[in-house]
Amino acid sequence: MKTLIPALALALASAAPGLAQSYAVTNGRVVTNTDQGIIANGTVLIRDGNIVAVGTDVTIPADTDVIDANGGWITPGLFAPVTQIGLIEVALEGSTTDAGANDSPYSVALDVSDGFNPAGTHIAATRVRGVTRAAIYPSTGHNIFAGHGALVETSGAADSIFNSGSFVYADLSQSGASTAGGSRPAAWAYLEAAFNDARGYPGRFSADHEGDALNRYDAQALLPVVRGRVPLVLNIDRAADLRRAIRFQADNAPVQIIIDGGAEAWLVADELAAAGIPVLLDPLRNLPASFDEIAATLSGAQRLHDAGVVVAYTTQTSDGYYNARLITQHAGNAVANGVAWDQAFRSITLTPAEIYGMGDRYGALATGYAGDVVVWDGDPLEVMSSPLAVLIDGEATAMDSRQSRLRDRYINITDETPFAYRR
Amino acid sequence: MTLKAWMPALAATAVIGLAACSAGSGSNDSGTDASETDIVRHSLDPYPSTYAPRPSGVTLIQGATVLDGIGGEIENGDVLIENGRIAAVGTGLEAPEGATVIDATGRYVTPGVIDIHSHLGAYPSPSVGAHSDGNEATQPVTSEVWVEHSVWPQDPGFEAALAGGVTTLHVLPGSANLFGGRGVTLRNVSGRTVQEMKFPDAPYTLKMACGENPSRVYGNRGQSPATDMGNMAGYRAAWIRAADYRDSWHEYWEAAENGEDGDAPTRDLELETLMGVLDGEILIQMHCYRADQMAQIMDLSQEFGYQVTTFHHAVEAYKIPDLLAENGTCAAVWADWGGFKMEAYDAVRENLAMTHANGACAMIHSDSDMGIQRLNQEVAKALGDGRRAGLDISDGEAWAWLSSNPAHALGIADQTGSLQPGLRADVVLWSGNPYSTYTRADQVWIDGAMSFDRRDESQQPVRDFMLGQPGEGED
Repeated sequence: MKTLIPALALALASAAPGLAQSYAVTNGRVVTNTDQGIIANGTVLIRDGNIVAVGTDVTIPADTDVIDANGGWITPGLFAPVTQIGLIEVALEGSTTDAGANDSPYSVALDVSDGFNPAGTHIAATRVRGVTRAAIYPSTGHNIFAGHGALVETSGAADSIFNSGSFVYADLSQSGASTAGGSRPAAWAYLEAAFNDARGYPGRFSADHEGDALNRYDAQALLPVVRGRVPLVLNIDRAADLRRAIRFQADNAPVQIIIDGGAEAWLVADELAAAGIPVLLDPLRNLPASFDEIAATLSGAQRLHDAGVVVAYTTQTSDGYYNARLITQHAGNAVANGVAWDQAFRSITLTPAEIYGMGDRYGALATGYAGDVVVWDGDPLEVMSSPLAVLIDGEATAMDSRQSRLRDRYINITDETPFAYRR
Repeated sequence: MTLKAWMPALAATAVIGLAACSAGSGSNDSGTDASETDIVRHSLDPYPSTYAPRPSGVTLIQGATVLDGIGGEIENGDVLIENGRIAAVGTGLEAPEGATVIDATGRYVTPGVIDIHSHLGAYPSPSVGAHSDGNEATQPVTSEVWVEHSVWPQDPGFEAALAGGVTTLHVLPGSANLFGGRGVTLRNVSGRTVQEMKFPDAPYTLKMACGENPSRVYGNRGQSPATDMGNMAGYRAAWIRAADYRDSWHEYWEAAENGEDGDAPTRDLELETLMGVLDGEILIQMHCYRADQMAQIMDLSQEFGYQVTTFHHAVEAYKIPDLLAENGTCAAVWADWGGFKMEAYDAVRENLAMTHANGACAMIHSDSDMGIQRLNQEVAKALGDGRRAGLDISDGEAWAWLSSNPAHALGIADQTGSLQPGLRADVVLWSGNPYSTYTRADQVWIDGAMSFDRRDESQQPVRDFMLGQPGEGED
């Protein structure tokens, strides 16, 4: 057994990439997200990528590398529930974006897995802030269906997509209404027609017949949604539209809807809870930024939790692809506005994993969970805190990024070495 | 000489439409000297502030940690407010008779937050076409527009910013144009009119923009500027016209004051603003991201004899703190926005701390109706990242990024931005350390008047737009 400070853990990880390690993360306040609650001073033991023990009396085997949290916090990796990390490198440069496809003949069938780039520079910048998993979603193109989302981890490894076809994303907000032809009735008519096309697949597509809304390929792709095997994420903010979505779910059982947006969801909280519809909400939204979100308020998150709605927090107002790393600040502000700390922290870890059907594998520190562990220098929801070490699938990951390299190049401005030679 | 040869023709083409309807509308602000009465002088302040502070009581805030905004930190400190002004800051202050005494034990007191880069009112909530009034993106030089004429005082964003401790904000036009128009500095108070919000006697500012925005907007229309070099040519051509315009007025006034006959030059609103910059009356607030572009712009300002007061966004300020310091130019930055376009690709989270620690004037800014609500947290992030990078910056020092540095860059540091006797009592009482995510502004005073109280709905403004709406009165 040898004790490592996090920086050494990193060096070791880079020296032997891909080699499964055994780690014991010790001497920290452990947030388990399980019945164990928060352990004031505990240890998390990780072997072969998985957590094998969590507690105060964990025996550390001889061949284990020890990461001393030094009195800091030990938590599950953060799970960003809706982002476009790895799909966009520079938003204003179309050549670097793969989030949406206005000119494609396809919609539902588009799969972000085919566009995800694990080498995108925002991925490391997000990982070093403790985000280890994310749900990535496509942007809407020529109709209300954007396509299929996927679940990724942030190690930058070639195989970082760990679940594909995880959900279908569609826009039923004001902008979806606009895409559908100019009104909400047009958007819902399109959705209903698309569901009918999928139900009729493949029969109604025999001969040269196309669907009412979808072509053959897209109808086939929608079938798992219609059958309730893949959830349908609907971008909706307005209370009236949320009620329409609740009715749609009831009329189209066994379809499972997830709401992304939900600015006015607190007005419909009881109905959403009764329908079992989770909400992906940015708890910071509080301005009437459009007529869809007049009732947005900082107390929305708390009201949804109180009503029993399953809520995961997003960073929608901090942007869609490079600031998922601010998820801790968004959650911390939910706490400042009345949400219990444990609840808020779950909303950026275990809850999003559960929403995507992965709650038995990610988002908690317990035996059998993936070795996604973050060591923090303080309360992770405090804006001044930062991770000291990030483990993904039981591997320590690099704690630098293109940004930290730029920082290091320019921090000593008077150094005689020309800047381009400082590496 | 070559420039002189083509300039008059260009000037005539560009401004004729504007000049035709504004000539001869001058007023005389120069006093009562009979010999001056015939000299044409245009008012520098035709839309004057009508701001009237609400009544200020005598308030003593006791036992707080005081960050004074200019680097000081006082434990168990007191702040006394009288007649709308800071009367005293220290420890063990006596409460004057009739004073409201507030026990602030365990809490923090700071100067009110100043956001030097806001579009509230000009791009208000809700974001609808009718209210998209921030960019006069019809030609690259629009120094004739004034953003105060676009500000909708009923923007609910103002009261959300107030709940975040913002007492003064500088509203700018957008960055589509090389010269976007004049900015306006506002008290964060409610008013039926913009004039009621205008910061009395704050200098005018002029928004300029570097880089991708102007070249994209006009390049896409097949007109100049379409490139960075087109941007530079556009600035230079405008400054040449401005210098000629200024000279013509100065020559006219000098002659007139000597009793010589002569016609006043034709008034041109576009050039009048640029002349104000060259005369040192109007402060340049310039959108610029990249280090190399900022360096070009500082040379440009020397070529034409003006000062760039602040670079806004300045995501690469950390690369040139020495050049900024040498030029006396500040950088107003985000904590962690970047990457959304090429000129923002090199954003680092330590930008603010590194620029400051390496000797330049730096500050936080929002450019956002969301960010403006939590600028204290934005500074906290920058401070935390700076410290982790080994930079030794105190809590008190960092508050200058939120108050005295932006006050300096707006030319109002003798009025607000720090807790010093005699300054406007723009004060925030925070529920705890304002660098914590969990802290919120409990109370906000503007000119000594209680303007926001988190526990008292009667002290929480609600703009007209929210009345009768489902979110009325919600924070």
